[in-house]
Amino acid sequence: MKILKIFILLFLVTNFSELRSDEINDVLKNKILKNIRCLICQGQSVYDSESEFASSIKLIVDRKINEGLKEKQIYQFLREKYGDWVIFDPQLNKNTYVLWLLPLLLFLFGGAIIYKKIILNKK
Amino acid sequence: MLANQIGYYSLILGLLLSVLLCGVSIKDFNNIHKQINQNVLSLSFLQLVFVIVSFLSLIISFINSDFSNETVFNNSHTTKPLFYKISGTWGNHEGSLLLWLLVLTLFIFLFLIKSREQPKKYRILTLLFQQIIIIGFFLFVLMTSNPFNYLFPIPNEGLGLNPILQDPALAIHPPILYLGYVGTSIIFSSSLAAVTQNYVSKQWGQHIKKWVLVSWIFLTLGIMLGSIWAYYELGWGGFWFWDPVENVSLMPWLTLTALLHCIVVLERRAALTSWVVILSITTFTLSMCGTFLVRSGILNSVHTFANDPARGIFILIFLFALIVLSLGIFFLFHKENNKSSNNFFWLSRETAILINNWFMMYFLSVVLIGTVYPIFLDVISSEKISVGPPFYQKLIVPFLIPFLLFMSLGPQLKWIKSKIENKKSLIITFIISVMLAFFIIKNLTTNLLFYTVLISAAFFLFFTTLKELFIKRFDNVSQTVSHFGFSLLILSVLFNSILSSEIITNIKIGERYDYNKGEIFFKKIEERKESNFNSIIAFFEIKDKNGKTIELNPEIRIYNQPVIITSEADIKTTLLKDNFLVMNLVKGNEYFNIRYQVKTFMVWIWISVLLLSLGGIMSLFKRKI
Amino acid sequence: MKNKFSLFVVVIFLSFCFVIFYKGLNTPNNYTPKVNEKKNIPTFRAKDFNLDSHINSDEIFEENTFYIVNIWASWCVPCRAEHPLLMQLSKNQSIKLIGLNYRDNYDNAKKFIDDFGNPYSRILIDKDGTLGIEFGAYGVPETFLIDKNKDIIKKFVGPINQEIVNEIKSIIK
Repeated sequence: MKILKIFILLFLVTNFSELRSDEINDVLKNKILKNIRCLICQGQSVYDSESEFASSIKLIVDRKINEGLKEKQIYQFLREKYGDWVIFDPQLNKNTYVLWLLPLLLFLFGGAIIYKKIILNKK
Repeated sequence: MLANQIGYYSLILGLLLSVLLCGVSIKDFNNIHKQINQNVLSLSFLQLVFVIVSFLSLIISFINSDFSNETVFNNSHTTKPLFYKISGTWGNHEGSLLLWLLVLTLFIFLFLIKSREQPKKYRILTLLFQQIIIIGFFLFVLMTSNPFNYLFPIPNEGLGLNPILQDPALAIHPPILYLGYVGTSIIFSSSLAAVTQNYVSKQWGQHIKKWVLVSWIFLTLGIMLGSIWAYYELGWGGFWFWDPVENVSLMPWLTLTALLHCIVVLERRAALTSWVVILSITTFTLSMCGTFLVRSGILNSVHTFANDPARGIFILIFLFALIVLSLGIFFLFHKENNKSSNNFFWLSRETAILINNWFMMYFLSVVLIGTVYPIFLDVISSEKISVGPPFYQKLIVPFLIPFLLFMSLGPQLKWIKSKIENKKSLIITFIISVMLAFFIIKNLTTNLLFYTVLISAAFFLFFTTLKELFIKRFDNVSQTVSHFGFSLLILSVLFNSILSSEIITNIKIGERYDYNKGEIFFKKIEERKESNFNSIIAFFEIKDKNGKTIELNPEIRIYNQPVIITSEADIKTTLLKDNFLVMNLVKGNEYFNIRYQVKTFMVWIWISVLLLSLGGIMSLFKRKI
Repeated sequence: MKNKFSLFVVVIFLSFCFVIFYKGLNTPNNYTPKVNEKKNIPTFRAKDFNLDSHINSDEIFEENTFYIVNIWASWCVPCRAEHPLLMQLSKNQSIKLIGLNYRDNYDNAKKFIDDFGNPYSRILIDKDGTLGIEFGAYGVPETFLIDKNKDIIKKFVGPINQEIVNEIKSIIK
């Protein structure tokens, strides 16, 4: 219990206030930038990249947030310009059904095997 | 010059020894002696010596900056500090493959001297399978990636090592990682040998568990070192990017962890034999698959090696040959034992371990599919997509909740048949966890319900393992330490992602920048000259709203060979948080772009991984009860 | 029986993976956005190079003719190479060239135009590169062909050559 107390104290010390609106925008902006892939240095996100292309994208994202666009709409905007490749978060569509659903199917399949193994024993 | 020749011919001799070893050990196979012929051991030792000699000659070429060697020319430079000349040996494709070979031959030699109590035929077969892998790698090195290519005319100066690789953590990262990565080859070879000899049994389980543990410990530490390096060197304060290169090291880790758990079932109850074999094969296959993905340049990632299609094709064929070989052996020789021990009571330790494996396999499938899916899609339909962090987070994080809960309950169960004891105390612990989680994050996130549940689950594991550690039994401390480490890892990663904050701004010398939690003051810059780079050191003073100031001195380095500008972050680590500051030049004016981050509980991520592997080490040295 | 079946499935699956990886090795992994997708002209507001005023995109593309949007900069070497071809295209009556001066210094750009000639009926300034992004560009030079329905029908990444000029000419006929 002593440890518990220490932990509670610890969290009280680090005191978390709620975020102001411009800070929320900053957080959102960074989140979006991390999910955009840079076309110039292709392994990196725009957030990590220092290329001119990345800096322009940063300005554009900033502007779109201020225009009131939602996260999804900004991704959509960039997808239309540069294709699905630029967004690190693949959409669920005919190209990605397998990508999203196969792991889940495998999970169910694994569950079924274990279930069978245990049930057999019960009989 | 001379070192070059010695290195090259040692490699060829090493390859010849492989062939000789195969011959001698096949001859010895049907010999009636109980122990392996001493010659086999000596030959295996000799092979190791040749690979060591070859490796040392490459190191010597690097130390002497012998640019008649192409690898040295491509990756070194006279002005580089000695330490990085040496570590440059394995910081490139050719040298790192030599390191692979070194670990492969080292492990088989150790295996031979450490397995004297095991059946002779099983040992010889393990040696043979391992030699197949070794021959494959010898050929790979000699045919496509010879580290001793001769250059003429001899250049005066080398091209230098990429500065982001000139780093202490990255100098020891490859050897540690490879010990884990390549160590899985022994598990592969010995499981195949055990299958052919119908020796997948309790004894085999006990004996191979040590090798599984060793690989697992090194792999865990290797991944951590890579992650630490990414954290302070790649510059943006992240520690895991779900980059293909990271994913391929995570995949064998997941199967190895699963194997580690079910080998215990094999050891205790001689059950799950097929599954153990499949996992052993898969683990090494995934290591090889990772090598293929990284070395062939089929994926684009932040840090791939130089691409050469010939290499890719070689590893691809080799990889599939190994898969076909192992599957063939598995289908031909493996006999499932149909004893009752293969079925489990629903509430037992065995079932809990199965559930662990179930989740591990799921996580593996997410990482594997996420990594290779873009290749498949591109080839089949020419559509290109990127699979990045959001994909992995969406598919993995929700599944952590049941995973953590099972992980808290599983170790409480007994073998064969069990009931849950101490229901009351578990329920109380659970309620405390939920309340604590809710209390902490109620103001912090928009997705309150989800995070409360997730953090509660992590706290639940945290408290149950903590209680075991202090109050209850001590017979399985190693496991409890590892599980405790895991709960701590999840908690620190979660709090790190929820509580960390960052400020990105442009600032010039002498300027102050106010933000709602404090003030950043850019005092001055100083210049410094080193043998292989010039640097600009900035002096910042950061005041938080309690008036406490810290000084941070990030650096911009201009390396001379090759000319690359890097940003070196300055990090002040405390138990509660890391203060992380990095700066960049802004093109064309006097401003610097800075990122100041407060990363909560950062150091606990490393501590918890250390605890995780400490559990493994404790288990390795545990005396038999 | 069951064993044989699963072996069969595994073999098929492995061969499939092998083929995919083998083919994957031979496909370049550098991404370039598709060039032949029809897109609408973006709506934007930009500063005119010669006048000191801003202009809306619908005013720029108001005439019933083909347009070419060419992204260029004085510091960009390939732009110099393609410039004579742009001059050649600008003599064609059924097409108008719009220049997009990308991340450039005004004086340098002015000198560039004075030295090599001005093929553009209008030049827009893209100081921070955001206008290029509205068009879906990611470097210089890039050239877009816009038809009478105000759709971007073609996109050429990198400097244009005689072949491309001929292609454009055959389209706008």
